[in-house]
Amino acid sequence: MSKQEQHWEKSRALLFITLAIWFVFSIGIFLFGAEMNEVTGPFGYPLTYWFTCQGSLGAFVILIFWFANRQEKIDEEFGFSERGDD
Amino acid sequence: MIKGNFIDNLPKVYGIYTGGFLAFIIIMAIGEQMGMTKYAIGVCFVAFTIFIYALIGWLSRTAQADAYYVAGRQVPTVFNGMATAADWMSGASFVAMAGGIYFKGYGYMALLVGWTGGYVLVASLLAPYLRKFGCYTVPDFIGTRYGGNLSRFMAVVVLTVASFTYVTAQINATGTIASVALDIDFKYAVYVGLVSILLCSMLGGMRGVTWTQVAQYIVLIIAYLLPVFWISNKMGAGFFPHFMLADEVSRIAELEAQFGFVKNSAENLKEVPKGLAGITKAHSAVNATPWAFISLALAMMMGTASLPHVMMRYFTTPSVKAARKSVGWSLFFIFLLYSSAPMLATLSKLSLIDPTLPTGIIGKSISEVQSIDWYQNWNQANLMFVSDFNGNGTLELNEFFMGGKAVVLATPEIAGLPYVISGLVAAGGMAAAMSTADGLILAIANAISHDVYYKIIDPKAETAKRLVVARVLLVVIGFAGATIAAMEIQGILGSVIWAFDFAMSGLFFPLVLGVWWKRANREGAIAGMALGLISGAGYLIWVRNGGSGFLGITQLTFGIFGSAVSLVAMVVVSLMTSAPNAATQRMVDEVRVPSGKSILGKQH
Repeated sequence: MSKQEQHWEKSRALLFITLAIWFVFSIGIFLFGAEMNEVTGPFGYPLTYWFTCQGSLGAFVILIFWFANRQEKIDEEFGFSERGDD
Repeated sequence: MIKGNFIDNLPKVYGIYTGGFLAFIIIMAIGEQMGMTKYAIGVCFVAFTIFIYALIGWLSRTAQADAYYVAGRQVPTVFNGMATAADWMSGASFVAMAGGIYFKGYGYMALLVGWTGGYVLVASLLAPYLRKFGCYTVPDFIGTRYGGNLSRFMAVVVLTVASFTYVTAQINATGTIASVALDIDFKYAVYVGLVSILLCSMLGGMRGVTWTQVAQYIVLIIAYLLPVFWISNKMGAGFFPHFMLADEVSRIAELEAQFGFVKNSAENLKEVPKGLAGITKAHSAVNATPWAFISLALAMMMGTASLPHVMMRYFTTPSVKAARKSVGWSLFFIFLLYSSAPMLATLSKLSLIDPTLPTGIIGKSISEVQSIDWYQNWNQANLMFVSDFNGNGTLELNEFFMGGKAVVLATPEIAGLPYVISGLVAAGGMAAAMSTADGLILAIANAISHDVYYKIIDPKAETAKRLVVARVLLVVIGFAGATIAAMEIQGILGSVIWAFDFAMSGLFFPLVLGVWWKRANREGAIAGMALGLISGAGYLIWVRNGGSGFLGITQLTFGIFGSAVSLVAMVVVSLMTSAPNAATQRMVDEVRVPSGKSILGKQH
């Protein structure tokens, strides 16, 4: 397998992990919204309600930065990273 | 004071700007104490901020194609994040979102989840690859990846339908705020809004829009957060509302149980002015079925990833790596406002309905409420209304009606904050609506000038001529949008949501599969765009005209149907026709590697 194919394979694996986490916070939780809202979540808010105002939103922010860092590592590993600037 | 080039000095420039803006707020506050009228304060806020944006627009003027279309591809990660956040957060996010949460509670929060979750799709599926491609516009990617003028043209059509639906709502919002703050008729205020929008983008194109959007973000975030923190402290609800409103949320649930949601008769509701609503849904309890919630969130997420004015912001970063990080920063800056909207809704609702608070009006006598100063003001502005339906002389929860905008615009006044805060909020709303309108008008004008005029009609046109065409289109599209906005066909929020559905119906799968599926070809993409848009629009028209719909897909989520048709059509037609040629396949391989030259040259 060429270097480029391996790079793409790893990038695609990362995509699937990222989308799986995204699925949990954007869709998974809300399948059980009513049940989970009975539980008290962080700072004392009802749990599902907390996810809609802070939890899921914050999780997406962290997820994107995590994804960007992982992808950069993959790019470096195969020598595809760009020079310098951020 | 400032040496070296502009980009290196950005933190300093915007630091001084932020300090200057805070100083301006303090001067206005002193002015208010010394007897400045409300009208003068409102005018000062709106005029001063618009003047600053216009100045930035003028300083960013350019005659180069890559500066005009993609800001020279040198916008640093964090600043691009701020610009995207302003581009993204429209008049609807700023003025209408907290109101939506106030009225509909949990069910409405699907929009918050959708409008943030979409950025994960942007970061992982599209933005870095489109940046590597090196295109100027979104149709530029479609046209080059799939080849042929028809695919390029179809992408322009989808882009125009979605963005134009969106932009009329934004011009409408600038008009609403300008008409309140400057006290002029809405019909003229719309054009005042339009001229201010064009001042930012005419001369500098994307470069001008980028630097004004950063300035607008700073204004809008201060204008949103300051009142939320202030009100929370004043009510004694906690100095950091985001972490401390659990008691208030449960108190609202308690009051809801005590009052109950009484349903008004149709006859009584006829009295209520158009556009106002009462509280009919629980605040924090789950009040929507899982599918209703998820389908709305999903439609907004896929729409986010297909809206060209957002995508083109990531064409301005210096590298692919920076494009990815920049998406994270964008969402962080959006998060600051979105996580505050539910807090504002909670504070606003509690301060109105809790009879034990001095600001509470439920349970007071109708005549007492009608004599309150702020009630009279907002009643006159057609944003508040009470009526004694049951004739018992006291105000019940079901007898109080408010416009969605009032939650953001009136809460500072209800909570007894000085008027300077209301002026600030008006400036913030104006900034939010202007920045989004700028991005949208530019997206449409750039697509038509670059993709239709330059790439299809006259490929030999010189840069100077191309930029003249781009600017003329900017003005024409702006005026067309303002004219439609002046007719006030539908509310701000409804048309914003439609724009997402149109965009995802026509563009989501052609964009994503263009990167992720090598076998996707021209015929498939054209079928996907055309059938997706037509079936989505058809579904909307059908439901609007009394159609029953299916699978619980409403007029707010018709994009789910449109994009499903688009996916099927694209896959089936691609597989029925021949695979893309070797050069195209190589191009896709090239896009997937972040390093190296972009596919399209620097000047194209």
